[in-house]
Amino acid sequence: MHPNHRVRGTGGWLLLAAVTACLPAVAQRDPSGEWAPRFHEDQPERIPGPEIGDYLGLPITDAARLRGDSWDASLLTLPEHQCKPHPADYGPRGPANLRIWQEIDKATQQLIAYHTHISWQAPERTIWMDGRPHPPEYAAHTWQGFSTGKWEGDMLTVTTTHLKIGWIRRNGIPRSDRATLIEHWIRHENYLTLVSIVHDPVYLTEPFLRTTDWVMDADQQIAPYPCESVEEVERPVGAVPHHLPGTNTFLSEFPARYGLAPQAARGGAETMYPEYQLKLKAAGKSAPAR
Amino acid sequence: MAGLLLAAAGAFAQPAPNFDQMEVHVLPVQGNVSMLVGVGGNIAVQVGKDGVLLVDTGYAQTADKVYAAIRKITDKPIRYIIDTHVHPDHTGGNEKLAKLGSTITGGNVVGDIGQSAGQGAAVIAHENVLARMSAASPGQPAIPFDALPTDTFAGAIKNLYFNEEAVRILHVAAAHTDGDSMVYFRRSDVLATGDLFTPGNYPIIDLARGGNVQGIIAALNQIIGLSVPAEKQEGGTYIIPGHGRLCDQADVVEYRDMLTIIRDRVQASLQKGMTLEQVKASKPTFDYDPLYGASTGFWTTDQFVEAVYKSLSLKK
Repeated sequence: MHPNHRVRGTGGWLLLAAVTACLPAVAQRDPSGEWAPRFHEDQPERIPGPEIGDYLGLPITDAARLRGDSWDASLLTLPEHQCKPHPADYGPRGPANLRIWQEIDKATQQLIAYHTHISWQAPERTIWMDGRPHPPEYAAHTWQGFSTGKWEGDMLTVTTTHLKIGWIRRNGIPRSDRATLIEHWIRHENYLTLVSIVHDPVYLTEPFLRTTDWVMDADQQIAPYPCESVEEVERPVGAVPHHLPGTNTFLSEFPARYGLAPQAARGGAETMYPEYQLKLKAAGKSAPAR
Repeated sequence: MAGLLLAAAGAFAQPAPNFDQMEVHVLPVQGNVSMLVGVGGNIAVQVGKDGVLLVDTGYAQTADKVYAAIRKITDKPIRYIIDTHVHPDHTGGNEKLAKLGSTITGGNVVGDIGQSAGQGAAVIAHENVLARMSAASPGQPAIPFDALPTDTFAGAIKNLYFNEEAVRILHVAAAHTDGDSMVYFRRSDVLATGDLFTPGNYPIIDLARGGNVQGIIAALNQIIGLSVPAEKQEGGTYIIPGHGRLCDQADVVEYRDMLTIIRDRVQASLQKGMTLEQVKASKPTFDYDPLYGASTGFWTTDQFVEAVYKSLSLKK
């Protein structure tokens, strides 16, 4: 992993500040269209997938860390886990060819909602733009949650609640169903930037910010993504793969492979910030020999 | 759930609910079925041309509010009440709501014993619910006769056909209690689980009434087997939990995974010969406590761990 990937999040705040400072005061920038993803940010995590025990740059709680330590990738072979789409906060991070379109009220020609479709597992979202309230607490939670949007200058700001329990990183680091997702969709001509901020009072100690980018691709064709679960591994009914605490021998592989101080791989809010590298140096906790 | 407080006052310290402030909210689910929220346990309401079927009745003190909510949905009579288990936050409204309903009768029944046979809705439950409700609880007043189930079953399944759909009552042995039932509305594709599934807290294992963590895990796996999600592992079969929000299979899977992992951790500790106090000190629920745990109230994380430990310690 490139060292720059070790400090995820901080750059995003700076980017947001820089981007918003440059916004014109008028003109909503309709994000509708076909968008092809770019993976220059966090590519190793997003495409090959994160490594076991890589919690770098994640402002996680101790509870989230234990969830990650206990997670066994074999869980995903269970039929009931196979067809899960990424939730709204993670979907844009994957193979995310993106389509955005408007829903317009015929009579008034007012914008009711934006809809989005993402290629992997084909999740679709609705971002309500008509001022409707969020559902009551006892309403069902969904993978994509319930989203409402508003314009802030030419930036579309979206608030999402009612998310199912999901994941911050695809190696078992969870995101709770009490989280709120705040997104800023920013279009600069043929470029689209999403600034995504997860607020999770359960498994995060600080808001977690990521940025993701697309380029307009008017000729993009998104294939269907049907999913049918199958029995991949014969197991006793109800078996749930996981590691008992203290038994996950894979956790040490990630810091060893990349020459990282083991405690850095454990994540936590301080690992988001550049000062953390100075702290490691000052403490003399250099990386183990590779 | 909070019914444990009422049924076993003194054993739990949570203050009594403020019934005056409770409000009934109606959430249409799908097909014939709606969910009533806010008065103790969730209540499933199936409505159609034949009348009203209720799964659970909430607290006794809020039965009037439940009846008023039903009347906003339909003017048809309450014909059936199905109790998912014995606790009074699920059965408390039996007496009043059953009296406000009527049973469909005819033929020899009415001819032989008169029109009174049709008075009151039928109350269906597993026979262990009747046995538990009939048994005296120390320090508690006897449950009124009119609140008791009128129609019990002993096996694993009892079927009804009502409002043009099959209604399957599925008994689960030794789980939340020893008298638990789930109710599956087959055409509407909605499953009411009672307290076998409570997504906002660790499951309450009422050991004194025959509960066991293994039974709850078995029930959760049965729910997963019965339910079929729609596209993208979402929707399809909707699940009304005993408490908390409307759910679907994916929510049950998350909960089943949690409970299985905790069960496995406690089991591994038992196999090492650890005592209950040692198991508690090892914090086998640590990563799930922010989601499901409680340090105060009538069902704390400590009590949950103890119930899991004791469940697994029982000789088979």
